[in-house]
Amino acid sequence: MGPYAREELLAGVIARLIGDAAHVAVGAASPIPATACALLAARGDKLRVSLLHKRKGNPFSEGSRELFDLAGQGRIDVFFLGGAQIDGEANVNLVRAEGRRFPGSFGSAFMYFAARRTILFREEHSRRVLVPKVEFVSAPGSSPPGVWRRGGPQALLTGKALFAWQPGRRRFRLESVHPGSSLEEVRDCTGFEFDCGPTVAATAPPSAAELELLRGPVARAIAPNYPAFAAKVWLSRSPPSAASA
Amino acid sequence: MDALPANATRFLADAEALAAQIPDGAQIALPPDYSLPAMAVVRALVRRRAKRLRLLGVPVLGMCADLLIGAGCVAEVETSAVSLGEAGLAPRFTEAAEKGELALREATCPMIHSGLQAAEKGVPFMPLRGVLGSDLVAQRSDWKVIDNPMENRGQTTISQKSWSDPDFSDPIILAPAISPDVALFHARWADRAGNVWLGRRRELATIAHAAKAAFVSYESMREGDMLEDEILAPGVLGSVYVSALAPAPRGAWPLGVADEYPIDDAHLMAYAKAAKTREGFRRYLDEWVLTPEKNFSPA
Repeated sequence: MGPYAREELLAGVIARLIGDAAHVAVGAASPIPATACALLAARGDKLRVSLLHKRKGNPFSEGSRELFDLAGQGRIDVFFLGGAQIDGEANVNLVRAEGRRFPGSFGSAFMYFAARRTILFREEHSRRVLVPKVEFVSAPGSSPPGVWRRGGPQALLTGKALFAWQPGRRRFRLESVHPGSSLEEVRDCTGFEFDCGPTVAATAPPSAAELELLRGPVARAIAPNYPAFAAKVWLSRSPPSAASA
Repeated sequence: MDALPANATRFLADAEALAAQIPDGAQIALPPDYSLPAMAVVRALVRRRAKRLRLLGVPVLGMCADLLIGAGCVAEVETSAVSLGEAGLAPRFTEAAEKGELALREATCPMIHSGLQAAEKGVPFMPLRGVLGSDLVAQRSDWKVIDNPMENRGQTTISQKSWSDPDFSDPIILAPAISPDVALFHARWADRAGNVWLGRRRELATIAHAAKAAFVSYESMREGDMLEDEILAPGVLGSVYVSALAPAPRGAWPLGVADEYPIDDAHLMAYAKAAKTREGFRRYLDEWVLTPEKNFSPA
C-alpha cells in the first residue's frame, strides 16, 4: 500500500472530512476517528474533541445524557457511526444481520439527526456490510420533508474507498479509491448502486508532514486510551518517543 | 405516576444482604460498565438464584447484564445496546438474543435518558427530537408520536397514525416516563447520613431519582455528612433517594472505580473468551461467582 499504515491513510481522510468543524464527538471503539482528531489538534487546528469514553476524565459532568443534550442543542458538528450493515440510502443497522445479533442501536437514532454531519465509517468493505437494503433501520439516512432533522450523512469511508453522500439524489457517489484497491474491486465488494464519474481519483495518502505528526504527538496522544491500537500501528514502525528526532 | 418514597436509608451488612432486597421479577436499572456497576451485588444475585429479572440499561449494558443473562436470572432486557466494549460482543446476551430466549425491548440512548428524566419530574412523558424513521419506533408501541403542540396550538392528539402521516406538520416522539422497581449501582463513598458520592456519574443520580427503590454498594465509609461539604456536595446523591446501603470493597471489580482501581482488562478479556460457550461460562461462574470467598480480585 505504501510507506504508511492503512490506519494512517484512513485517519488522514477523516481529518480532511472533519475540515473546519468546531466540535467533534468520538465514540467508544473508534481509534481511527480519534487519531484523525488528534492529527488536526497536532496541526494546531482549533478543534474541540469530545472523546466519550476516555479512561481518565471525559468532557462531561452531567452523566451520559449530556452528549445527547449537547447534540440536541446543535453544539456537535461531527459524529461518527458504523454499522453491521449500511445501505445505498445511508440507512444504518446496528441490531441484527443474517441471523446474527449485534450490540444494538446505541444513540444512533438520535445522533444521526442532531449532529450537523455524520461520517459513516466501517473498515470492512464487503457485500455483507454494504447491502442494497438494511435488515433493520437503527437510524435512517434521510427524512421526509416536515420531519425535524438538523443533519445527516456527509460521507462513507471504508477500507477500500471514500463515497460522498448526495442529499438531493439520496445516493452515494464514489469519491476516491484507496491505493491498492481498484474501481472494479470496489464494484465487486459493494452491494448497493452508487454514482461514479468517468474517472475515479486515488485517495490521497498522508503527506510526509502528516506522517511525522501521526508517528509523534498523535501516537503519544492516542496510546493511553487505545493502547492495543497504538501498539499495532506505531510500535512496529517507529517508536513515538523517537519520532521527534 | 405513583408517589415515590422519601427514604430513611437502611444500612445492611454486605452485598448478599442487598441482593436479598431485590425480588424476583423486579425491573432493575443498571449503569454501563464504565459507570460504577455494582458487580459484587450482581454476583450475589446470581448466588441467590434470582429469577425473571427485567433489566433496564441506562443507556447500555455490559458484563453485569451478561453474567445475569448467562446465569438464567433474566426474562427481559430493555436497552440501547449490550457489549463488552474493547472485549467485544457480550457472549451470553448475544446467544440468548439469537436463540430468542429473551424478551427484548430495543431502545436508543436518549429515549431511555428522557424516560427517566420524565420520572424524575413526576410527569408522564418527555419529548425528544430525532428517532422518527428508525425501525425502533414500529417495535415500541409505548413510544407515541404527536404533532408539536407549540407549533400547532390546540390540535394535539396522540395518534394511531404513522409518524409520516401528511397531517402532521411537526411530528415529535414522546418517551414514556420510566420508573424502574430498583436502581442498583456502586458508589465510591457513603456517609452515616445515608448519602453516597458518585462524582461525575450523574446518570446514577437520575436512575435513583426515577426508581421506586435504590440499592447502593460502596467502597468505603466517609466521616461527616458529605452534603455539608461544598466541594463534595455536587457529586453526592442525597439519602432521600437511597433505600439501602452496604459496604463492598472493590465492589465494581473486574470493572473500575475512578481513582481507586482501573478496569481489569485481562479479566474482562478472559471472561469474554470463556463465556463464548455455555460450558466455559459455567466454569467461570464456578471459579469467580459461586464460591463466595473467591468473590473478589486477588489484586
